[in-house]
Amino acid sequence: MQVELKGITKRFGSVVANNGVDLTIRPGEVLGLLGENGAGKSTLMNVLCGLYSPTEGEIIINGTPVRFEGPGDAIRAGIGMVHQHFMLIPVFSVAENVVLGIEPVGRFDHLDLETARTQVRRLSEEYGLSVDPDAIVETLPVGVQQRVEIIKVLFREADVLILDEPTAVLTPQEVDEFFQIVRSLCDTGKAIVFITHKLNEILEISDRISVIRRGEIVGSGDPKQLTRPDLAEMMVGHPVDFNVERAPFDPGEVILNVSDLTVLHDDGAIAVNRLSLQVRSGEVVGIAGVQGNGQSALIEALAGLRMPAGGIVLFDGTDITAASPRARHRMGIAHIPEDRQAAGLIGSFTVAENMVLDTYYDARFSRGGSIDWARVNAVAESAARDYDVRTPSIHSDAAHLSGGNQQKLIVARELSRDTRLLIAGQPTRGLDVGSIAYIHARLMAARDEGDGILIVSSELDEILSVSDRILVMFKGRIVAEYEPGKTPVDKGTIGLAMAGAAT
Amino acid sequence: MSVLLDKARQRQTRITGAVLIALGVLIAVFFAPDAAGSATFRLSRPNDVWPVPNLVVPGGAFIYVVSALLVFLGARQFARGAARWSSLSLGVGLAIAVAAFLVWATVGKSFSLSGMLQASLVRAVPIALGGLAGVLSERVAVVNIGIEGMLLAGAFTGALVGSLAGGVAGLLAAVAVGGVFGFVLAALVVTYRMDQIIAGVFINLFVLGLTSYISSQVFQEYRALNNAPVFRAIEIPFLSDIPVIGPVFFNQNLFVYGAFILAGLATYYLFHTRLGLRARAVGEHPRAADTLGINVYRTRFVNVTVAGMVAGFGGAWFTLGSVGRFDEGMTGGRGFIGLAAMIFGRWHPVGALLAALVFGFADSLQQKLALLRTPIPSEFLAMAPYIATIIVVAGVVGRARAPAADGKPYVKE
Ligand SMILES: Nc1ncnc2c1ncn2[C@@H]1O[C@H](COP(=O)(O)OP(=O)(O)OP(=O)(O)O)[C@@H](O)[C@H]1O
Ligand SMILES: [Mg+2]
Repeated sequence: MQVELKGITKRFGSVVANNGVDLTIRPGEVLGLLGENGAGKSTLMNVLCGLYSPTEGEIIINGTPVRFEGPGDAIRAGIGMVHQHFMLIPVFSVAENVVLGIEPVGRFDHLDLETARTQVRRLSEEYGLSVDPDAIVETLPVGVQQRVEIIKVLFREADVLILDEPTAVLTPQEVDEFFQIVRSLCDTGKAIVFITHKLNEILEISDRISVIRRGEIVGSGDPKQLTRPDLAEMMVGHPVDFNVERAPFDPGEVILNVSDLTVLHDDGAIAVNRLSLQVRSGEVVGIAGVQGNGQSALIEALAGLRMPAGGIVLFDGTDITAASPRARHRMGIAHIPEDRQAAGLIGSFTVAENMVLDTYYDARFSRGGSIDWARVNAVAESAARDYDVRTPSIHSDAAHLSGGNQQKLIVARELSRDTRLLIAGQPTRGLDVGSIAYIHARLMAARDEGDGILIVSSELDEILSVSDRILVMFKGRIVAEYEPGKTPVDKGTIGLAMAGAAT
Repeated sequence: MSVLLDKARQRQTRITGAVLIALGVLIAVFFAPDAAGSATFRLSRPNDVWPVPNLVVPGGAFIYVVSALLVFLGARQFARGAARWSSLSLGVGLAIAVAAFLVWATVGKSFSLSGMLQASLVRAVPIALGGLAGVLSERVAVVNIGIEGMLLAGAFTGALVGSLAGGVAGLLAAVAVGGVFGFVLAALVVTYRMDQIIAGVFINLFVLGLTSYISSQVFQEYRALNNAPVFRAIEIPFLSDIPVIGPVFFNQNLFVYGAFILAGLATYYLFHTRLGLRARAVGEHPRAADTLGINVYRTRFVNVTVAGMVAGFGGAWFTLGSVGRFDEGMTGGRGFIGLAAMIFGRWHPVGALLAALVFGFADSLQQKLALLRTPIPSEFLAMAPYIATIIVVAGVVGRARAPAADGKPYVKE
């Protein structure tokens, strides 16, 4: 099935998200779609899958123009989409999620869950997507949720699969498995649109690449002839420097001293197991590890969001093990949370309000219980400019920013204070190469000013490029330590340690 | 996830313990001394097919046993890991405390237990149906504060149309009017994205004002307009002869059976049908439902309208199911207690029904105790259902989870 987008324009009020986009999607081919954060990729695909109706332009399937009144029409036409933010009902089972909308039923509208389960099992065997049909979705790791999303699309017998940043939350192993699935789907003649910010991924998987910038297609090409710098330049409009500039490593005294820290999961299982680590001023400590080895709990404990079950956390010599998040903020600890939408910002607040979420109460912004909005706006305006947060205005809702810009907003807020220690969880997840380079530069600037930085990331490349010291976390413990400045380390060694080989 | 939550849970467990111990001590100190003698509970009526002997309870001994149990349950709350049992302990504790209270009040007299249970069921009806209406609309994420008004509208319409055209017509009209208000609520909050609380309050005030006006201006003049027939109890053959529970469950009117049947139907609908699955999806994650081609707006309209019809049916109970005439504001907050029943019942139709039975029990207990002439002033007893509501919702329910999108309007783009 061949799909053509012709002159698609989509406006949200005064924001032009797509402007006269032409795009062709062919069967048996993976089309890589690349673009900066906020370029309009998700919007374009939401138009194609019927969720948004285009302001102008038309969609042509096999030569005939179609009009989608809603996603139902697009699904019937054979277009399926795995959304950037998963569209699963957390409290439903996998089978219920998969069949929702086209449920098998018996008499009296009775939901035939038995058939649903069998169908899910059949699909998961056919495509090697193993998943338990009776599991409740919210209890599943994101990698498995991803599979559920794909099964959902396959179940609807889609001929066109749109995958919007499907690899952003996957571990490297999961990405490999995922690519095999995509390949096999493609071989069965399905057309696939693949969106990602990871240039090596897009070069590996695509048959054809189109680049979108500020809502317009600015180029396309053949992945066999393109290189990463080419793509980056097409996306951003100017060459991108992938190397992180940094001053020589010159650590100061210890500012964060964690000893014997034990942290539990909600269900009482041990997440962090008697872990000790130190961060010195002017040092970037990177924690590598496969997701789910206690990194999230560690960050939450250090940020004051989760009470440790044992151990001591010293900041600058003061015991902060039980200090509140606000007390930590005031001492100069900044935190970039892993899950930006849940813990980083309030979607229904404006950009300006989000910018002062942690400082609105101090003397700069508040006088006797009332907030000096003029001041807030001025500060937010300049922070948004400094950190290149692309938003129609600082009075727009944060939820309407693209994912990458939401992240930049959080980084702007956290770093524009006077900080001494920065704790960052997956700080560049879902960001485009330009933004990543930008955020890394900001982190380095903070380091060079003498801040200590603790960064957790499942991207090994990121850890390798920013860290002065690398710790590998496995099953709640630190199992290996490397100092790239002293002895060069290679990815393979760390990868093995991440898989538990060092224990 | 947070420290605060852990601390709060621990504190709540401790408070529960303290409350239980205090209750045990209070019962021992105040009730035991003047509970010499025994309390007689009648379990059957004189003309029952199989009479059951009366239940005779020795007052003092029973009360001491209860207070010892309460102190034990309370003390356990301070042990490690008690949090999991906290709600259960509180529930059991309150139940036996009520039993002790009942024994104390009855000592030296005789009291018809089956009569009170029967009345509990009857009084639970409007609460159950209100709660059910709440479940149906909140499952699609529309908060329905307007249930009180819908009950009142049903009561009024039932009386008016019932007087003019007979009971069945009155009932159908009440259901229809309830549905109209459900539809209006849906239109306000879904189409016009009005704040859901305000829309509900608007419906309550509108119905209260309109019905009060008409009843004081028109019904005073033309009394024939407010004199509807009442649906009598229908005795179900054989089943109603079962000792104790027969007369309680199987000799009731249309509304009591209706509440049970509707709770069953709603459970089937929500948890076993295609449409129910879609409705719940809309309440949990409307955007996800939308991406699968489910019409979020239509689903909300249909469910909230049906919820209104259920509330209209419940409203008709006040007139067609009980006194046959309409009085100003006669629903007396039952709609709100119904919402509490919905929460207590964890947004499940059967849960809401069971919760309504608890509230109905408190309501009828208060009424029957007034007849026993206890030293407690009747005004205090009249507070019983409301106190039960607060204790139950604050203490026993704990962390029930509402539909995730509850109360939030859905904006497509
Ligand atoms: N519902 C909406 N209302 C207003 N503006 C919107 C809405 N959705 C998207 N936008 C704006 O449209 C532009 C394109 O957003 P879109 O989500 O398509 O970007 P994207 O290319 O997918 O970015 P990312 O890589 O960060 O996901 C952004 O400027 C965004 O702020
Ligand atoms: Mg996107």
